Amino acid sequence: MSQSSSITLTQCSRTFAGGHVALKPLDLHVEAGETLVLLGPSGCGKTTTLRIISGLERPDPGGRVHFGERDVTALPIEKRDVGMVFQNYALFPNMNVADNITYGLRIQKLSRAEIDRRLAEVLEMVDLKGYAERSIAALSGGQKQRVALARAIAVRPRVLLFDEPLAALDAKLRDRLRLEIGALLRELGITAVYVTHDQDEAMALGDRIAVMQAGRIAQLGTPREIYHQPANAFVADFIGAVNRLEVQTQAADGTFCVPGGTLRAPHLAKAATLYCRPEDIQVVPIEKAQLKGRIIESVFLGQAQQLAVDTGNDTTLSVRVSSRREWPAGSEIGLMIPEQALFQPTAPGARAHG
Amino acid sequence: MSATLKQPFGAAFFDRHRCASHRAKLTTLIALVPALTLFAAFWLLPFSRLLLMGAEADRSSGVSAYLTLLTHRQYLISLATTVTLSLAVSVAAVAIAGFAGFFLARHRFAGQSLLVAILTFPLAFPGVVVGFLVIMLGGRQGALAQTSLWLFGERWVFAYSLFGLFIGYLYFSIPRVITTVMAACDNLDQSLEEAARSLGASHWRVMRDVIIPGIAPALLSTGAICFATSMGAFGTAFTLGTRLPILPLNIYGEFTNYANFAMAAALSVVLGLITWAALALARKLASNALGASV
Repeated sequence: MSQSSSITLTQCSRTFAGGHVALKPLDLHVEAGETLVLLGPSGCGKTTTLRIISGLERPDPGGRVHFGERDVTALPIEKRDVGMVFQNYALFPNMNVADNITYGLRIQKLSRAEIDRRLAEVLEMVDLKGYAERSIAALSGGQKQRVALARAIAVRPRVLLFDEPLAALDAKLRDRLRLEIGALLRELGITAVYVTHDQDEAMALGDRIAVMQAGRIAQLGTPREIYHQPANAFVADFIGAVNRLEVQTQAADGTFCVPGGTLRAPHLAKAATLYCRPEDIQVVPIEKAQLKGRIIESVFLGQAQQLAVDTGNDTTLSVRVSSRREWPAGSEIGLMIPEQALFQPTAPGARAHG
Repeated sequence: MSATLKQPFGAAFFDRHRCASHRAKLTTLIALVPALTLFAAFWLLPFSRLLLMGAEADRSSGVSAYLTLLTHRQYLISLATTVTLSLAVSVAAVAIAGFAGFFLARHRFAGQSLLVAILTFPLAFPGVVVGFLVIMLGGRQGALAQTSLWLFGERWVFAYSLFGLFIGYLYFSIPRVITTVMAACDNLDQSLEEAARSLGASHWRVMRDVIIPGIAPALLSTGAICFATSMGAFGTAFTLGTRLPILPLNIYGEFTNYANFAMAAALSVVLGLITWAALALARKLASNALGASV
């Protein structure tokens, strides 16, 4: 529906007054129509990156921002044609739902008929038909964020920017709205940059995810790549739970001696530490097990049972198993880890590809 | 705050401890005695006396002072002048200091805290000193008179007129507005402005659609306080000219020069009522504006 443009950041850094470097020189390209999620802990530079894209912040001298072929570095936000959705909704309290949504359209001086048409269209999209005349105060948190989303897409921006839009909502609502936003982004085919610290949101919404750490991109890739081939220990830890197995000895045929037994992973090079996800570890009869250990903690989570298994030598593995069975703490357990589930960060501490 | 006021004192306490409620009520009563005594002695008694005195016969007209006030041109002109002057001061102070306060809240520069300190300094002056300052500026020997004498050969003097009063009142109203507006701007949600700008709003548009509505409650209440202060200001007016048609000066004149206590009382009551009504209206408007934003 809109003429979405790609976004290119070239050597964009941001140093705040007082010398704090929020963002180290960063190159980033977002394809037209793509949803890129900036994921990371607070203070990693994700919001600063978003604000540089929006025009609310300028990069340090030397940094450039392009929308498509156009250099927008010098343009303030009001000239950049971006839609923004904020964590705290940022709805105008002195206007009702319709006036909020049509605010940008009225600034563009569209005809009354066109404004009404677009209002009806976006209200339908965010499932708020019949709410046009409501006051903002009368809406729930989820409804407010949908009004904010409608307001941002009503102007048909070139890019849509989200700054932790679901962080203020409770878990159930967050899941539902996440699905709705995902569906809407696919329907609109609009370029979107989405900032979050929530890995589930990142996985569900991102065509690609940029995991950020201390002012730089630690890894940029599809959700699958990020999860299964994390570039470094930080990414592996930040995205989902991860087990680490210190390698004691390694044989030439790809056999690794680790606390509790031996594992096979011929595809891995020389490694000091092997990583695997809790859900990839299988429970097998003790006599067939690669690793043996003792359950030291067993927590019923409903959809799964979370086990902590001590395999000796100060190694505790987190294992996810079916909760249909009882898993008493203290019992011995045999484990097996499929080869392909074992990985090692491609380059510890370094960027994968950018 | 209004929610807590609507609830009787200790209501939750009474609900939980019904058996102890009598004793608690008694304790509350005893606790209120000093406050009630003060209220009766220093407010209720003098004020009822004032109310009644205003109904007594005016010395010159011989009919009730309230009636005299409402039927005599001289008093009506005073009343209108005082209200108009106070309104003008409030509007001007809110307009001038509103912009200044917004600018000060949004920009950081060297010497800013010093500037704020200087701008709010007039709050420390009594009315007499403010009047004196206006004379220094616009009096017969004032800075303006000296300058105009040198430039055009005549003395320009405004200190002893209503305009002088206007300048004086403005002088002590501006600091109040600046501090209130700065606080209100600090509390504004910055993402509202960012959202408006992302939708293409210019700076002026953001000012009109986001910032002014956002600080409107603060502007209204601070404007009402300016109005109330200007209505009752005495020191400045007394310094600049006792013959100006201003209610506080009339009150003073009636009871010192003419011993016309009935009229002084009636004028006082009217002055108090207008000021009180302005404050109440502003509070109501401000709470409505707040209610809409929550």
